[in-house]
Amino acid sequence: MKAQKLNIESRTDQLVAVREFVSQAALEFGFTDEEVSKIALAVDEACTNIIKHAYKFDSRQRITISVREKNSAFEVSIRDSGLRFNPDEIEIPDMKEYLTYYRRGGLGMYLMKSLMDEVEYDIRPGKKNEVRMVKYRSR
Amino acid sequence: MARTWDNHEEYELTSLEDAFMSEFKIAQRETNNVHVLELKGYLDAHTAPKLEEAFQNLLQSERYKIVVNCKDLSYISSAGLGVFMAFIEDVRKKQGDIKLTNMSPKVYNVFDLLGFPLIYEIFNNESDAVKKFFEKAR
Repeated sequence: MKAQKLNIESRTDQLVAVREFVSQAALEFGFTDEEVSKIALAVDEACTNIIKHAYKFDSRQRITISVREKNSAFEVSIRDSGLRFNPDEIEIPDMKEYLTYYRRGGLGMYLMKSLMDEVEYDIRPGKKNEVRMVKYRSR
Repeated sequence: MARTWDNHEEYELTSLEDAFMSEFKIAQRETNNVHVLELKGYLDAHTAPKLEEAFQNLLQSERYKIVVNCKDLSYISSAGLGVFMAFIEDVRKKQGDIKLTNMSPKVYNVFDLLGFPLIYEIFNNESDAVKKFFEKAR
């Protein structure tokens, strides 16, 4: 699989391009359709969070999504230069409590962590924020 | 740890054709006083406001018995799931419900991952979901 990147404007109508880009790379890497869907969803969630929270719907801002093979695994990096945040402070919902009280929000990060094998944040104030996610080959 | 992504080839968005277009459509009809929303296409952060608007309109016109048929729903992200969460409480307060039907395994998996089958009734087919409203009414 060749290393590739996609640079988009921070707009929700770009999510379809993000999913297409990541899906094609994941297919090329050799993932099953089910795995490809999971990866595309995780990356959609990461970009959606950036569009909404880091850039607060400012469509002049940009997001870069890069994919590559690393140690036989599939790695995707999503970078932005928006508002910094502390991923440890984002409350991952307790799903039982969540469903009991019909809460909203935090679902994206919960999905990313459920769908991928590794999710790691690199927050550099005033420079770049990066989230790296890794999916291992099945077997 | 230094990481560089500069050697990555720029991806060309040439194949962004019909198959991947972010189309999302809602068809609506009423059967035995139950309102049915048929969802088609891709439900993400871009298209979720359409579904939100559809639910708002239903609630405004006091329609609380709602079946969402997902037969042609190809994709759902948390933005779409959030819409269901936003309205279920209000609908149930009015003795109504949002019941879901005809999900593809792929869409069901996302609901399942978040434990949504615990709060939403999900049926294999629409007629069973509609019938369930009448069982309750008796």
